[in-house]
Amino acid sequence: MDKQQHDWRFAQADKEALLALGAYALYFIWWYVCAYGMGSGDPEQYTYILGLPAWFFYSCIVGYPLITLLLWAIVRFKFKHMPLDEELPETENHPASDKTTSSNNGENL
Amino acid sequence: MSDTLLTVIPVVLYLALSFAVALWARKKAESADSSQGFLEDYFIGGRSMGGFVLAMTIIASYTSASSFVGGPGVAYRLGLSWVLLAMIQVPTTFLTLGVLGKRFAIMARRTNSVTITDYLRARYKSDAVVILCSIALVIFFMAAMLAQFIGGARLFQTVTGYPYIVGLVLFGISVVLYTAVGGFRAVVLTDAIQGIVMVIAVVVVLLAVINAGGGMERCISTLKDIDPGLITPTGPKNAVPQPFTLSFWVLVGIGILGLPQTTQRCMGYKDSRAMHDAMIIGTLLIGFMILCAHLAGTLGRAVIPDLPAGDLAMPTLIVELLSPVWAGVFIAGPLAAIMSTVDSMLLLVSAAIIKDLYIHYRLNGDASRMSIVSLKKMSLITTVVIGLMVFVAAIEPPDLLVWINLFAFGGLEAVFLCPIILGLYWKKGNSTGAISSIILGVATFITLTIAKPAMGGVHAIVPTTLTALTAFVLGSYAGHAKELN
Repeated sequence: MDKQQHDWRFAQADKEALLALGAYALYFIWWYVCAYGMGSGDPEQYTYILGLPAWFFYSCIVGYPLITLLLWAIVRFKFKHMPLDEELPETENHPASDKTTSSNNGENL
Repeated sequence: MSDTLLTVIPVVLYLALSFAVALWARKKAESADSSQGFLEDYFIGGRSMGGFVLAMTIIASYTSASSFVGGPGVAYRLGLSWVLLAMIQVPTTFLTLGVLGKRFAIMARRTNSVTITDYLRARYKSDAVVILCSIALVIFFMAAMLAQFIGGARLFQTVTGYPYIVGLVLFGISVVLYTAVGGFRAVVLTDAIQGIVMVIAVVVVLLAVINAGGGMERCISTLKDIDPGLITPTGPKNAVPQPFTLSFWVLVGIGILGLPQTTQRCMGYKDSRAMHDAMIIGTLLIGFMILCAHLAGTLGRAVIPDLPAGDLAMPTLIVELLSPVWAGVFIAGPLAAIMSTVDSMLLLVSAAIIKDLYIHYRLNGDASRMSIVSLKKMSLITTVVIGLMVFVAAIEPPDLLVWINLFAFGGLEAVFLCPIILGLYWKKGNSTGAISSIILGVATFITLTIAKPAMGGVHAIVPTTLTALTAFVLGSYAGHAKELN
């Protein structure tokens, strides 16, 4: 592995990895607060939404579309397109399959 | 009898479709003009996956028999608390893709890596790491595949009434053949089809259950009458305590980064657009599937309250509530989940043997020393032989393998998590760290799983991960110091 680590792609990739971890943390908080925050009381006192206990409705039914939406926003506004291959292909036994080269039209959003 | 036939028709149609895909994929791979080119194609599909296929294959390689039968079965017994626990799996796709991220994809391409082991070899330059990982992968995968085969055949038996062996032959042979013939391309494309089948299957069964229970409200109030614990986050009589649920965030959330069949997907996508799309599609679909399947299990209790075992819940609901053809479509769902887990494992075991061990040590890492024809033949034969070994084992399951399977999931995480993630993000990580992490991690996991010390409901994977992490860091510093001296 050559040490050309100052590649701009790595800096961006690291930022994106942190954002993914951030989304993971937010999902955890949402899941935890809704489930145990609303559901820890006596089942007799539960409120219901669409027939389901409110804690379940918010943590499980609402939770995953919400995180998907958040992800969409993160990917749309924070992630960048980048070529994944080496800029200078120096390996000769790597057949440049017609599939892999199409990645270079990286329009940045 | 005619009912059973009707049930089998969708299953057979679906298997036939998988074969067609495999043959098509084989044709694609035929066009490879060098041995390295063939390896790239057979084991990672020439890195050509688009967003939808990438999302589907990550989901499919991750979801297995337990997502459709085992999990909903437990949800049947423990109620909404288990659905809550299952929903922890929602972030798996975006977390795997996001955390390994583009850095991993770039590294994999730079080092021509086709398997996780290739990557680890390039990163650590250590034979010990490679051999330990390959052996762990072969052993744990064989055991896990066996469990999947047994689960699938039993399910087929319960739903159709045909003997165990018929189901085993039908889908066992199918999965081995299409994997062997089509390689990675066939695996991911069938994964995509299987994913679609799974989504349809869970929706159908959930709707049928809600309908049979007289609507959502009625279902929930019936559950509350059976046991109020069924609708709380901690289950009946606190059967699902909070520390236990929380440790699943480590097991399935963080731990998924250590499952080689899932992480390998992250080196095979076409471009950054594919990765972006897959993160979103994957999260939406896996959330939907897990929610529907587990909720169906929970609500099923309101429809058929007195089943002796949770594992019977899904098969019984299918047989009781669905028309034979729909039952067939549903049965294809879990079978698909099983096959899609088995196919990727099968291919990776075959890759471990051919690429990581044979080519590297017998041919000194130079695939071109072998003609492309014999390489093709060898790949096909190895995959078939491994698949058939597992198949034969599943006819009369040996206790040892069943026992090993208990450690497969956690064991793989203990082996691969730290070497992959820290290898990617921590420059100081080295082979001493990786080796100590692998050995101590697996040892801790096996010890804790067997000895079962009281840990307040915390799953064995939590201390295992902490041990592996500590061992990696300390080992790396020790190795670094040794190098300096």
